[in-house]
Formats: sequence, structure tokens, C-alpha cells
Amino acid sequence: MIYVRKLVKRFGTKTVLRGVDFTVERGEFVALLGANGAGKTTFVRILASLSRPTLGQVRLAGYSLPGQAAQVRACLGFVSHQPLLYGDLSAEDNLRFYARMYGLEKPESRISEVLDLTGLTSHRREPVRTFSRGMQQRLSLGRAILHDPDILLFDEPYTGLDQDAAHMLDDLLGKIMAQGRTIVMTSHDLARTEGLATRFDILSRGVISASARRGDLNGNLLDFYRRALAG
Amino acid sequence: MEKKLQVKSIVPAPPPAHRSRPGFGLTVFAVVWKDLMAEMRSRELLSAMLVFALLVIFIFNFALELTPTVRSEVTAGVLWVTFAFAGTLGLNRSMALEKDRGCLDGLLLAPVERSAIYFGKAIGNLTFMLIMAVIVLPLYAVFYGVNVFRPGLLLVILLGSIGYTAAGTLLAAMSVQTRTRDILLPILLFPIVLPVLIASVKASSSFLGKAPNISVILPWLNFLIAYDIIFITLAFMVFDYLVEE
Repeated sequence: MIYVRKLVKRFGTKTVLRGVDFTVERGEFVALLGANGAGKTTFVRILASLSRPTLGQVRLAGYSLPGQAAQVRACLGFVSHQPLLYGDLSAEDNLRFYARMYGLEKPESRISEVLDLTGLTSHRREPVRTFSRGMQQRLSLGRAILHDPDILLFDEPYTGLDQDAAHMLDDLLGKIMAQGRTIVMTSHDLARTEGLATRFDILSRGVISASARRGDLNGNLLDFYRRALAG
Repeated sequence: MEKKLQVKSIVPAPPPAHRSRPGFGLTVFAVVWKDLMAEMRSRELLSAMLVFALLVIFIFNFALELTPTVRSEVTAGVLWVTFAFAGTLGLNRSMALEKDRGCLDGLLLAPVERSAIYFGKAIGNLTFMLIMAVIVLPLYAVFYGVNVFRPGLLLVILLGSIGYTAAGTLLAAMSVQTRTRDILLPILLFPIVLPVLIASVKASSSFLGKAPNISVILPWLNFLIAYDIIFITLAFMVFDYLVEE
């Protein structure tokens, strides 16, 4: 579903990604872990077509980037630590706007479904700026799945969430995982990703330095992570 | 071997039946609708532009203490200075709205032609500028004692505003990516819109004169039309690159 080979990204003279190889099969949930500044966000933004690769091959759902970016965008949803929502618009209006941008044919019924899934039906007419951080993040997830994408990309979605809000996001993610989507999530929170992801990749010094499936770790994600970073 | 197998396994996914890529016009409409709805709820952008425009009118009116003859001669200049300064506020605010909660990423993630996003934003900005003009013009007529409701002058305001917002929206999309966006936009914008401001002032002055001479006005109108076409075409070509990292 996601195929990346020899991906290089440079910002001026600074090389952030130094030849990343990365493959994700349909229905996998991959947690991309790494220290601050490892290039996780840069990598996910390239997958989301928000940033152009300097060198290398990137294909999502069979479409290549940057050449077929519009086709790729139609197949993916993106959630970051920012909600990507308009504070002055209501939850419903935000979703209505994105439904138009994604060309949904029956937007109203899909909007109701998504609001129901995210538990925000009773707040549908309230401006998003009045929402708590957790509610905004749930709505952001609703925005990302509104067009029923095959691939979901998460960039530090738990940033700034309190424990209750993080648990609610866990529940919501569990429901979305059950729908068989392909998911890539960057995170610092090892404990949280350990219970969610089926595979763990470590991004270090601009490359994927280690990769392991959940079944192979025997619950020792922290050890695996430390060993991978140590080199 | 591994690489070959993986490439084979990836077949382009057809879009599900319930979603299709929206057309150019629908995307433009969606962006304009969103900007108008957001402004109807917050009333931040228009109120800031209007207050600023009125302050500029008051300051010029009372600070310069112009005689009636001189006042009629400088009316067009003051009018366009007011529009340009207030317009900059609107452009900055309009793009800041997109940047604040990462909404620009939300727009860029949509499977639409990015130039449609530009046109949506530009039409939204033009609408706010024209609404401001509709409110400011009657007050202007009272303070400066001139009849501004002349079809020719209204045409110049429309053409000048199109040029201003076409260039301004493009530069605002560029400057919003920087930390110094509030300062950078006017620095970039005013040298580039200077020709459109000069042409608008010249054409407006002629229309506000006692006997408008069409042979004097026509070159300025043609210049405004050419400027509008050039900047709209330029934006169509480069907007995608300007907003991408």
C-alpha cells in the first residue's frame, strides 16, 4: 500500500532523510518512532504530499509522488497535532467544507455518520474554537476519515491531550483500525503505540534503522527502541 | 527480488463510488463559501478593514486641512491609499486564518487543483474588499464633497481591486509560510501593486474630474485589465509551487 525507496529530503544544505526504505502492506498499522528531529514529521509530510521528496521513489495506493499527488490525496487522510479545522465554523460546517473539497456525493449522511462515530453529534452546531483539545482532535480524526480513505497518516496525534482525551482517541482509533485501513503513525509515546500498532519502525539518523512486528517484541518495545537508537 | 514483488503488489486503487474529485468551480465555490461563513461568524476581518479605512479617511481629512479645490484633486489618491492599507490588513488576516490551526495543510491535502484554492481565496478577498468599498464610499463622498457614484469610477475600483487581490493573495500565500508574515506582506506587496495603484489613481482622478476625457482614461483602464490578466495567469501557474515545502 505504501512503497518508499531511497527517499532523500534536503532543506538547503541540511539533509533530514538520507535514503529511507519503507514498505507497508494493506491493513498494517505501523508506528514510526524516533527521537526529536529524527525526520518523522518530514517523512509523513512527504507521504501526505505536503512536501516534495528531493530524491527517491514514493508510491501510495499504486500512485507515485509527486506526479500523481491528487490521486494520492484522494486515498489518504491526515491527522497531525494541529486540528486542521476552522475555529469560527461549527463542527458540521467544517465537515461540510471538507466534504465539498473531497467531492463526496452524499455529504450530509456521511457527516452524520462521522459525528456519531466521534461522539460529537450533540456539539455539531457549536464553533470548533469552543471545543476542548480532545474534542478538536476527535473531530480532526473525523475530518480525516470523512472521505473513507484507504490510508491514514498520523503525526503525533496525542500531543497536548490529557489522559481522558487520549483514552477517547485510543477508542476511536480502535474502531478505525477495525475497518481495515492502512495506518502510519509517528509518536513519542511508546506505551500508547505499543497497544495499537502491528509493526514498529525506528527512524534514526535519517534512515529506518530497525523494524519489528509486535509479536516478535515480547512486550519489550522500550528495549527494542533503546537498542535501535544506540545503533 | 523483494523490490520487484512489492511493486507488483501495488495496483492503483480506484476511487470508491461515493467519492469523486470535485471540479474546479466547485472547489472555488467551497473555499469562497468557507471564507464567507467564517467571516459571518467572527466578523473580525471586515470590521478591522472598515475601522482602519475610516481612520485613514479621518486622518487625511483633518490632518491635511485641504481647501475644497485641492481636496477634489487629491480625492482619488486618498481613496486608493485607504483601499490599499485596509486591503493589506484583510489579506494578512485571511491567510493567517489558514495558517493558525494548520488549515492550509487541510486545504492542500484535498484532491483538488491547487489553483482552484487560490481562486477561492482571491475571490473571497475581493468580496471583502468590495464590501469595504461599498461602505466606505458614501462616507468618503460626504467628507470630500465629491460624487463617487459614477459608473466609470466603480469600474476602476473593480479592476483595481481585482489586480490588488490577485497579486495580494499570491504574495500572502507566500509570506504566510514565514515567521515575519505581518511585516513581510506589505514589503513584498506594495512594490508589486504600485503600478496598479498608480493606474487606478490616474483613472479615478480623470473620472472624478469635471469633464472625463476617455482618451486619457482608456490607456489606464487597458493597463489595469492587462495587469489583472497577467497576475491571474501567473498565480494559476505558480501557486502550487509557492505553497508546497
